[in-house]
Amino acid sequence: MRMSARRWCSMLVGLWLVSAAAFAADAVKEAPPVKMNSTADHSKFKQLQEKFASGPEVTKACLSCHTEAARQVHRTKHWTWEYMNPDNQQRLGKKNVLNNFCISISQNYPFCTGCHVGYGWKDKNFDFTVEENVDCLVCHDTTGTYKKPGGLAGNPVVGKPLESPPGSGKFINPVDLTKVAQKIGKTSRDTCGACHFYGGGGDGVKHGDMDSSLMAPDKELDVHMDATGLDFSCATCHATSSHDVPGSRYKPAAKEKHSAFIRGKADQGNPATCQACHGNMPHKEKTRLNTHAEKIACQTCHVPTFARGGVATKMSWDWSTAGKKGPDGKHMTKKDEHKHVIYDTRKGDFIVAEKVKPEYRWFNGDIKYTLLSDKVEKSDTPTPINRIGGSATDGRSMIWPMKIMHGNQPFDPVNKTLVMPHTAGNDDIGYWKNLEWEKAIASGMQNMGAPFSGKVDFIKTEMYWPITHMVAPKDKAVACVECHSAESRLKGIDGVYMPSYSNKGWLDLIGWLAAALTLIGVLIHGGLRIVMSGRK
Amino acid sequence: MSETKIYIFKRFERFWHWTQALLIITLLTTGFEVHGAYKLFGFEKAVGYHTIAAWSLVGLWVFAIFWHITTGEWKQYIPTLKKVDAMVKYYALGIFTNAPHPFRTTQLKKHNPLQRLAYLGVMLFIGPLIWVTGWFYIMHDYWTVWGLNKYLSLEWVAFFHTIAAFMMLIFLIAHVYLITTGHTLTAHLKAMITGWEEVDGEEVEAPVSK
Repeated sequence: MRMSARRWCSMLVGLWLVSAAAFAADAVKEAPPVKMNSTADHSKFKQLQEKFASGPEVTKACLSCHTEAARQVHRTKHWTWEYMNPDNQQRLGKKNVLNNFCISISQNYPFCTGCHVGYGWKDKNFDFTVEENVDCLVCHDTTGTYKKPGGLAGNPVVGKPLESPPGSGKFINPVDLTKVAQKIGKTSRDTCGACHFYGGGGDGVKHGDMDSSLMAPDKELDVHMDATGLDFSCATCHATSSHDVPGSRYKPAAKEKHSAFIRGKADQGNPATCQACHGNMPHKEKTRLNTHAEKIACQTCHVPTFARGGVATKMSWDWSTAGKKGPDGKHMTKKDEHKHVIYDTRKGDFIVAEKVKPEYRWFNGDIKYTLLSDKVEKSDTPTPINRIGGSATDGRSMIWPMKIMHGNQPFDPVNKTLVMPHTAGNDDIGYWKNLEWEKAIASGMQNMGAPFSGKVDFIKTEMYWPITHMVAPKDKAVACVECHSAESRLKGIDGVYMPSYSNKGWLDLIGWLAAALTLIGVLIHGGLRIVMSGRK
Repeated sequence: MSETKIYIFKRFERFWHWTQALLIITLLTTGFEVHGAYKLFGFEKAVGYHTIAAWSLVGLWVFAIFWHITTGEWKQYIPTLKKVDAMVKYYALGIFTNAPHPFRTTQLKKHNPLQRLAYLGVMLFIGPLIWVTGWFYIMHDYWTVWGLNKYLSLEWVAFFHTIAAFMMLIFLIAHVYLITTGHTLTAHLKAMITGWEEVDGEEVEAPVSK
């Protein structure tokens, strides 16, 4: 039996009407609102309804569900502030290294540990095994109200407002722990940035490629984190599992030859590198640049300058000039025309800069620190706080952009070691209050169990900071001519032939001379012809 | 002496010559900018133009080689030492005293012995040197894939490419001057534009036009 076309049509129309009516009914009965970025609304949790008197109380509540979380955190650098470099067995981490900014955490724990993911690390006797001392909120706060001021050993202000500094009349309001706990969420540029943007004692001081401008950057400042565009959080690249954030500078990945990672592929390596997503041959139109990428780190071209979000970074810190007081006999600061502090009685002279062109070095990922136990020699050549490995020929190196921080910092000229002074603290030892190096250093070194002769001198140092953040859009990347010219950015880099920069002077000399002689020759020849024909 | 004209440069030959001249001048101009001698187009654009001109010249040469083989014109470049000494003497002395040119241009021998040697040198030495190095240079992106990067260094490829470029520049200077040394100042130039060269009116081989 065959149905006529008309019957088919009328049947279809009927079906359509019925289903349309059904959809209409669905649309009227709207789906109830639901939180889409998580499967749990923490404000509904019974455990989080109480009034918390301290951070550890909140953690206890978190752990009642997230049973493994604290012990996961306990295994990470964020908790231990310690890292064993497997390549050279150096014991690193904030607990052990020193730098040429505020120098070290020794004897300054209550201040420094304002950035520890824990509560109560006020001296070297802190118990790292206590689960409740893990601070969940500092990374998972979404309200922006959770703050850990320096001096409280990683605790937030609770109870009543805290006058800070004492006697100043300025107060820090207590944190509403219940509200913060109920609004817990994923980490963000704000939470990571609360510490990492302020490394070295202030906004943008340390890294140069990380400062508060990255909390809501535009596309030009960072093409990935662009707040109105791709809006990456830190963890989009530093993809974390088991609370262990990958992509540490203690053992960076300098050269990645693989293509982009695919799910399920074994041995995925560091997810925070450019190549983890882009592979190592990402240039589809200008394929010549893929050849460049065999020797040049992505960052070298794609981070044209650092500190370009409006926040200056410190390029140099001279501790030797600290201690000068103002005419009133009090501590003073001097500022440059941009209102950047360039002298502070407690700290000495600074050079700060914005929109800084990096320096470039061959780098293979090896970093060796100068630790307290290493001998140093005072000379005009700066002592490296960290030595980076790399060369044009080792097969593991790429040309990387670097911030090179220059310092002039106290050291022990008798024992020939760097020193760790006690700087912060409202006591009669800390340098920032008392301005006496011997006392401050003796205290800091004693805390580390390190010898100190009692003599103090100053030593020039330098420290390498590989640059990797503040990735510009591709049309703002470093142009060819910035390296392919006499004033090349890569001036002094050996092992690469850069047309327009690396020319053999003698070849050019001979070549141009020969061309000039030819020209002079034909001109004389022609001139003679004219003269001779005139004579006839 | 009567004015006689002979047809020595055929249409394709003239097209080949002038296109090649344009491309070589472009390649020299952009090439020395890439080399860092001066700033004109900017490095990136100079590289782009240089690459386009290079591939265009390759294309032109494919046609030119085909033309030379099929027409037998390649024989014009068979080197000879006959009368070379006379040519040298002429350029060194005779030319100033209005002595007769020791070479008579004919259709079968349109280049004098020095020209033959010079052009052959350009085509067999400077040319290959600049081409081979230029190709390696242009293919630099594939060295790793092809496994060439173990054997080649860009530095030396560029070095020999630059040497060849200087030689080409020197040839160009001499060549541009020597075109004024024909029967009249502009005889050679006119010949390469129209195809017809004015020669001394004696001992010419047909066809002849007056």
